[in-house]
Amino acid sequence: MELLGIEIPVFSWQTVLGSAVSGVFLGAIYALVALGLTLIYGVLHIINFAHGSLLMLAMYMVYFLWQHLGMDPYLAMLVVAPGGFVFGYLLQRGVIGRISHGKDEIILLATLGISIVIENAALFLFSADEKSVQVPYDLDGIDLGVTYVVYPQIAALGGCLMITAALWLFMARTDTGRAIRAVAKERQGARLVGINVEHIFAISFGIGTACVAAAASLLAPTYAVHPQFGYLFVLIAFTVVVLGGMGSFTGALLGGLIIGVTEQLGRLYLGESLGLITISAIFILILLFRPTGLFGQRLSQ
Amino acid sequence: MSKRDRALGWTLLLGLLAAVPVFIQSGRWIDFLELTLFVAVMGQGWNILGGYGGQYSFGHALFFGTGAYIQALLQFKLGWSPWVTLWFAIAGAVLVGCAVGYLSFRYGLRGSYFALITLAFAEAFHVLARSLISVTEGGRGVQLPLNQDPGQAVASFQFTFANPFLQSYGFYYTVLFLFVLACAATWLMERSRFGAQLVAVRENEEAAEALGINAFRIKMGSICLSAAITASAGVYYVQKFLFVDPGIAYGPGKSVEALFAPIIGGLGTVLGPLLGSAFIHIVGETSKEAIGHFVGDRPGLDLILFGIMLLLVLGYMPRGLVGLLETAWMRLRADKDGPNA
Repeated sequence: MELLGIEIPVFSWQTVLGSAVSGVFLGAIYALVALGLTLIYGVLHIINFAHGSLLMLAMYMVYFLWQHLGMDPYLAMLVVAPGGFVFGYLLQRGVIGRISHGKDEIILLATLGISIVIENAALFLFSADEKSVQVPYDLDGIDLGVTYVVYPQIAALGGCLMITAALWLFMARTDTGRAIRAVAKERQGARLVGINVEHIFAISFGIGTACVAAAASLLAPTYAVHPQFGYLFVLIAFTVVVLGGMGSFTGALLGGLIIGVTEQLGRLYLGESLGLITISAIFILILLFRPTGLFGQRLSQ
Repeated sequence: MSKRDRALGWTLLLGLLAAVPVFIQSGRWIDFLELTLFVAVMGQGWNILGGYGGQYSFGHALFFGTGAYIQALLQFKLGWSPWVTLWFAIAGAVLVGCAVGYLSFRYGLRGSYFALITLAFAEAFHVLARSLISVTEGGRGVQLPLNQDPGQAVASFQFTFANPFLQSYGFYYTVLFLFVLACAATWLMERSRFGAQLVAVRENEEAAEALGINAFRIKMGSICLSAAITASAGVYYVQKFLFVDPGIAYGPGKSVEALFAPIIGGLGTVLGPLLGSAFIHIVGETSKEAIGHFVGDRPGLDLILFGIMLLLVLGYMPRGLVGLLETAWMRLRADKDGPNA
């Protein structure tokens, strides 16, 4: 088959389906990373550029827990997720909130600055070498007929669904969740009824960071970490968040799956290297034609 | 600061920079000055769009890389003279600027959205430069042949085998010339109607439009000028190092380098990018000497410090180093002229 002069290979439906299924599992990983980002955007209305660096940092923590204490990466979630919450809370309360004076463009640059500091601190302290957690079960899995899925991929998909559900329940049922939603909707109004807005901001940032730390422990068996690891994910996570609609959890979930499947099909048809362009292309098209995303509410820009 | 003080300061600064060969012979110091001026040129490019126009780009590597790749590829593939290719390099980057600007501004992307779309475009070009191997040579990059004929040093825009003076100072004067050109363009823009309208758009786009300013056109002009200046830095880079690859051209490094200098130096000022660039590189080198002494030569330290400086300036010095300098100058003047002046 030929399209615009470029030779497009033809594959059997099994190959295409296999790619799509592995795309679903890849998409779950993207959704996992994007969940925290979309929460932070939904409440603070800021684009957290440091999200990828925080993922990378949490991956290192998981790695060190495994290397020095022999802790299983999934078990390490019990340490890194609360750790991520505290770190994120302090980062928002102590750094971002303090220097931004509430101006959006400064927040954007501040998170960029934080990501540069974290990334290069990792480079300085841990060197540029790739580090990977070795688990005995990383190649075991299930044969689905069209493709082979390893247990860490299944765990990532399951973890992603569970974290989405937990976040949804938290936002819908708890007082803190209600306060977060109030702040997201109407900052001044929330302050007037006695909600400590700065505290809620920092809580949201903390939860977002805890989510990305949980994602790190689910990714650790599959991916090797290095200081630039976050940059790979940050653009994808933004794409997922923008596609799904900023601030929407189900949007992030579906957005992640769409991006994952598209990327795998792109790799199949355009080749390993050029296939990655599908992500940038989707991102640019969505920003231009539907910046509110597929499931987002109207943004007041 | 009065007009006369300013003119005097600039004359002194440029005179000193032009006379550098008289008092600096060490290659290391020349390299340091070249790096400072190179980053200042890129920073000035970013400053025109980000500082004066308020449109923060996170993907300025797009213009640097396009300029660098066109400069390298036209010489490498077609054997054109570098003095011809450089016009194509700059025009190509301006064209890319036009396209990105048209799409973003036509669809009303502002603030964070503009930052994200420039980043996405830079990443798309990064993937293309790596993948379209028949055009760009892919991940191996483009290595230009070294010209060993001293007689052709100027014609080939390469000074490795030139006479001793050009060998030591050829690229220093090249980048100094680009810097002066970039500053002159910025200064003329600042004083022009266009510059005033650009600042008006930055401060309040709706109000500017209500006054009859065509914000779209103004922003387009600004992104094109910005792209041209940033691309000239790409041309210099290729001629100096005779090499470019997708990571150097379109990776995040150059985009970040371009925004450090103007923000730390002072957004929307002519002097800001140079002050910022000089300051961060002095701090970077000093710390490398001081701390590298204890922990050995490890990468990353300078960027940690640049990031911290960025955060501090954002939080506590909104007018950057230029603001600091102006305040200090005023105080000095006030002391000298007495309390009644």
